[in-house]
Amino acid sequence: MKRFLFIFLLLLSCSSYALDYRQLPDPKQQETYETLTKELRCLVCQNQTIADSNADLAADLRRQVYEMLLQGKSRQEIVQFMTDRYGDFVLYKPAFKGKTSILWIAPVIFLLTGLITVFLFIRRKKAAANLRSQTGALETDAEKQKKIRSLLEKGDPS
Amino acid sequence: MLKYIIPLLLFIIMAVFLAVGLNLKPGEIPSPFINKSAPEFSAPKLNAPEEKLTPADLKGQVWLFNVWASWCVSCRAEHPILNQLAQQNAVMIVGLNYKDEPGAAKNWLDTLGNPYNVSIMDQDGRIGIDYGVYGVPETFVIDKKGVIRYKHTGPVTAEDVQQTFLPLIAKLQAESL
Repeated sequence: MKRFLFIFLLLLSCSSYALDYRQLPDPKQQETYETLTKELRCLVCQNQTIADSNADLAADLRRQVYEMLLQGKSRQEIVQFMTDRYGDFVLYKPAFKGKTSILWIAPVIFLLTGLITVFLFIRRKKAAANLRSQTGALETDAEKQKKIRSLLEKGDPS
Repeated sequence: MLKYIIPLLLFIIMAVFLAVGLNLKPGEIPSPFINKSAPEFSAPKLNAPEEKLTPADLKGQVWLFNVWASWCVSCRAEHPILNQLAQQNAVMIVGLNYKDEPGAAKNWLDTLGNPYNVSIMDQDGRIGIDYGVYGVPETFVIDKKGVIRYKHTGPVTAEDVQQTFLPLIAKLQAESL
């Protein structure tokens, strides 16, 4: 048990910060720093946030965020600063506007299309089942039973 | 009939999206700077660090602002093109020596030739951030009023110079202040 606990604790230690760590005096600002660097895209390695990335530019942008927070700039002002320079692309959570609307709307459209398809599919199946039970269902059942009985009595002919 | 049309339509929609996706260049991020004033800076010159250059000093002329560094491999590929362009005297070329060692930068210009009318130093990358630089080399075309009119990301090729830069420069030179 002790050994497992030890291994478990070792595993936890791996998730510490691998990059430059910065401590802001105000815990609220620290929180903003940590969330912001996770929402800004590193433009060199495009699928990483600036918090994740080791690229030089990411380090510069982290420093920029840190300095702006120290100057008492708000989250909004920093986001504005970044989009003024790098465009909406720098944001992992882009603002909802004309150019970015498809990003936000497309998943809803896909979900609705999926739901409608499933709904239509179920309804059609149900309708078909109803139709069968109303018309020749009994007849075919009787026929089937006859076949089954004959198979049971004679054994499988094949 | 409908049974065939729906999958066909879905296929066409998907094909269109995929075709568009294949032709996108994710490396080229649209610059928010086009038709905006060139961001201010006051930076020491590479060859004379005690002198500073600001965009205001360049008002009244068309200039190229080329971001380069001695550590940048694509800049080496671009360099002969810039040298050629400089020989034509069509435009003033200002270099932004981005996150570089002054010694290494000077050495680079001594060995490969210096196409720049002047180069300024941005050792900590702050001017780079103000210009939204994310990949070196980058080249901005700035008009007589100090407005950014075009941005090129990545190395400039001879073709780019002929087809894009020279016509644009000629057009901007003809504009009155």
